Amino acid sequence: MSKALSAIKNGIIDENPTFIQVIGTCPTLAVTTSAINGIGMGLSTMVVLICSNLFISLLRKIIPDTVRIPCFIVVIASFVTIVQLLLSAFLPELNESLGLYIPLIVVNCIILGRAEAFASKNGPITSLCDGIGNGLGFTIALCIIGLVREFLGAGTLFGATVLPEAFPKTLVMIMAPGAFFTYGALMAIFKRIINKMKEKKAANEAAA
Amino acid sequence: MNYLLFILAAVFVNNYILSQFLGICPFLGVSKKVETAAGMGVAVIFVMTLASIATYFIYSFILVKLNISYLYNIAFILVIAALVQFVEMFIKKSSPALYSSLGVYLPLITTNCAVLGVAVSNMQAGYGFLLSALNGFGGAVGFAVAIILMAGIRERVEENDHPKAFEGFPFALITAGLMSIAFLGFQGLINVSTVVKAMGL
Repeated sequence: MSKALSAIKNGIIDENPTFIQVIGTCPTLAVTTSAINGIGMGLSTMVVLICSNLFISLLRKIIPDTVRIPCFIVVIASFVTIVQLLLSAFLPELNESLGLYIPLIVVNCIILGRAEAFASKNGPITSLCDGIGNGLGFTIALCIIGLVREFLGAGTLFGATVLPEAFPKTLVMIMAPGAFFTYGALMAIFKRIINKMKEKKAANEAAA
Repeated sequence: MNYLLFILAAVFVNNYILSQFLGICPFLGVSKKVETAAGMGVAVIFVMTLASIATYFIYSFILVKLNISYLYNIAFILVIAALVQFVEMFIKKSSPALYSSLGVYLPLITTNCAVLGVAVSNMQAGYGFLLSALNGFGGAVGFAVAIILMAGIRERVEENDHPKAFEGFPFALITAGLMSIAFLGFQGLINVSTVVKAMGL
């Protein structure tokens, strides 16, 4: 049980796919024009990640080592197709705004990365938790980036206006350059916090 | 003339990296040195053009004919993975010199989302054979231009003083943001849909 829990925590904080591992950057930058889009993308990716982790972990003894990458890709692509069909049936608006990036979940390095590094070596339950952890870490990161960009660029949070009309809006934040700036700045802040925490820990240990 | 405009639009106006965010992973990962960036750029141009052509044929002659076009995602990624493997084997046999300079980058291209992205967007836009090939080629040239420029900038930035927290990726992202602002200047220069219409395709 503790192994499963630590797999979840690991995915959210210690090995956050967006801020620490810096993988799956394309959707991170592309769809975070608003918090809702970020969450939608994060959850879609999470569903695929959880399902593929579980399946690959169950099949890990059957899949021959030499052709494992193509096998993983087929499993992932099948789940992506399922998610895409479900989205276009039940959430057509979200599907429209995420557009091209839904089929591109297939080449999201997070999913193949977790399949290769974790699910192919661990049991189904821990792999499932690893999927949940990494998926949550990704969703939270996308949501934060989306919130910052939406707030600065359109003056809204989750679609509700929060900044007064007269307040100047920085349109560039919801355009392409704003994505790079927000991601870069947030990553630097995240790094700084972690460095500070490490320094403190080291100082405590030195004092003790 | 229209063909030229179409390619220029793919290179500058709809630059895959800086305005559509495809292929960011290799863009950040292998842009530390100009030579490696150029190697990656050439490999991508090669594979992306071939992949656009191959996926066009697969889509219109197999998937549509069999009425299973909803499986395009699985089909495309397999075609691309197989193509990359094939290109690697072919280059290894025919030109070992080229292989030793491109070798390391080729397997990485399978997970370059720009390659699958160009295949899917060709299909969604309903481009024919020629336009698909040109779009793939133009998009890949845009990728190469962006990654080589980026590597040039990063080589110089490395030697300057900057805040410790910004070292590595954050700095690369800020640089990319500034480049992206520069590329915003191309926006509205060429309207792709009118160009396509003018070609009558």
